[in-house]
Amino acid sequence: MTPLLELDNLRTWFYTDSGIARSVDGVSFHVDQGETVGVVGESGCGKSVTALSILRLVRPPGRIEAGSAIRFEGKDLLSLPEREMQHVRGNRIAMVFQEPMTALNPVFTVGDQIAEVARIHAGMSKRDAAAKAIEMLRLVGMPAPEQRATEYPHQLSGGMRQRVVIAMALVMNPALVIADEPTTALDVTIQAQILELLADLTKRLGTSILLITHDLGVVAENCSRVLVMYAGEVVEEALTSDLFARAHHPYTEGLLGAMPRVGGQAERLATIPGTVPPPTAWPDGCRFRERCPYAWERCAVEHPPLYQIGVNHVSRCHLAVEPERRLHPHVPLAAQQGVSAA
Amino acid sequence: MRWWQTSWSRPPTRAFVSDDVTTPVRAVSTSSARSRLRRDRRAAIGLGVLAAMALIALLAPVLAPYDPRVQLDIVHLRSLPPSFAHPLGTDTFSRDVLSRLIFGARVSLTISFVAVLIATAFGTLVGSVAGYVGGVVDTVLMRLVDAAFSVPTLLLLIVVIALWGEIGVAFLTLLIAAVGWFTVSRLVRAETLSIRDADFIVAARALGVPSWRILARHVLPNVIGPAIVAATLAVGNVILLEAGLSYLGIGVRPPTPSWGSIIQDGSERVSDLWWLTLFPGLAILITVFACNALGDALRDALDPRQLHASFGGLVIPSEVEGSAPL
Repeated sequence: MTPLLELDNLRTWFYTDSGIARSVDGVSFHVDQGETVGVVGESGCGKSVTALSILRLVRPPGRIEAGSAIRFEGKDLLSLPEREMQHVRGNRIAMVFQEPMTALNPVFTVGDQIAEVARIHAGMSKRDAAAKAIEMLRLVGMPAPEQRATEYPHQLSGGMRQRVVIAMALVMNPALVIADEPTTALDVTIQAQILELLADLTKRLGTSILLITHDLGVVAENCSRVLVMYAGEVVEEALTSDLFARAHHPYTEGLLGAMPRVGGQAERLATIPGTVPPPTAWPDGCRFRERCPYAWERCAVEHPPLYQIGVNHVSRCHLAVEPERRLHPHVPLAAQQGVSAA
Repeated sequence: MRWWQTSWSRPPTRAFVSDDVTTPVRAVSTSSARSRLRRDRRAAIGLGVLAAMALIALLAPVLAPYDPRVQLDIVHLRSLPPSFAHPLGTDTFSRDVLSRLIFGARVSLTISFVAVLIATAFGTLVGSVAGYVGGVVDTVLMRLVDAAFSVPTLLLLIVVIALWGEIGVAFLTLLIAAVGWFTVSRLVRAETLSIRDADFIVAARALGVPSWRILARHVLPNVIGPAIVAATLAVGNVILLEAGLSYLGIGVRPPTPSWGSIIQDGSERVSDLWWLTLFPGLAILITVFACNALGDALRDALDPRQLHASFGGLVIPSEVEGSAPL
């Protein structure tokens, strides 16, 4: 079966004054029909730019480089004329944004904004679209949908706004929903509700989800497969259970170590020393080298490929071929320098 | 020399899209722009005066005691000081100054309001397209505006009018509009740039909303506020510009009365026939003052620092953040 969405060597570069920022630098993965795939990584690792690239919404100075390919439902999105691409957006692929506060236009009622999608893509009359908007609000569990439809975004709470954003995304029953940190801006109880809603709806509608997040807990509960991104690359890809049980890449290890655990001993959470290098100057060799407790000479000279380390499990780390190195961790370079800075 | 533009080019403070509006409305200050405007005495006075002026202009044939163009009696009724028969006196051609002033309001107000309307509409169009589309379009349009800025407005108008010779009121209005849209376009472009990458614009694009529709529905309502404020302030300036042109004898042609041309008629006799220049001067002063008062009030009402429950130029009923649990 061909996957619903397939990215092949996606490279999205930004031509800034301070150099070329290779924000997304050779990302390949796929999403199957009905599957929920998580993309994890810290700020600046390229996960949001990947999402925008799929919809071709990257603005200058950003550019998707030649040689990249994004196939969706058998079409190459990158060679689609803008007109057809507009038909894909909101209709076949929809996006849910991080900030429900700012993802809605403040000067229109939420009903109008949901109806707009139906009017553009389904050519509905004003009246039908308004009815559709109320139906969608009911679908996403909005209390008193008829009344809420006439309200402005600022009159709704954060959780309700996110429900509106989800309603807008699902109007046309898209094949794929890209959710870019859909719960980051919400408080914890609301987060759970929103994720449940998203999971429930997509299950009923058979929608695939690309769930972008920096929260591994969210991934554990919602995704069947996970991609870990670092410095514009995929560094590890595995089934969720495999990733949590047998994380291979030191970066993934670090992320898991930085997760609070219920019932764990009350000690300080582990942190990964240092920060992501600027995208205008990715280091040669392994990009995680300076923050890695296992890094050795080879990491400085040879950019690691994605090693196959198990069924459906790949990792961009030389430890795959020299596993004994894992027995002798050392203080990462970034921590040695970081002590005086901190 | 751009004396008429000084306050048009004053950047009204940005309305909307500060991070402020994205945070939930707090119970501290929930007054809307509309209610702030209503409480503002400057707005009431400005609007009241302008409404009165408009009414006078509209009812000119009823209100004016004489025909403004007719020389009543060039022998006995010329250059009379204010009296009961002629409350504002008569001019050197024995025409009634009050009647001329009332009919002059028609010409002066029409020219300035229409010119500002055209300039604001066109400037908003150019500015929002330049800001939203960006790239080469933006560069070309804004360099054109830069070039236009480098030409002194008054001088340009004088040259054009001198080349054309006799011009009508309609053409004069268009000319004034043609030199007035640059500033508006700059202003609207800056506003557009500031919200172009706002989440809801990206979200609209991600939902497949066509560009023209994003521009018309999502960008314009959010950037029009400052343009409206600028337009209000510009009305006063255009009245002055028209008066200035007429005073120089290149604006409205006699015997058609405009406030500027009335002053021009009396300009050589300021020392003895003071009523010829004082009253039209006062009319201009009051109108410009009213426009600026209204503009200032509008600007303050839309100030983002006080902005909570209203956005852009559109006033939205103020409401405390919906406190219903999700």
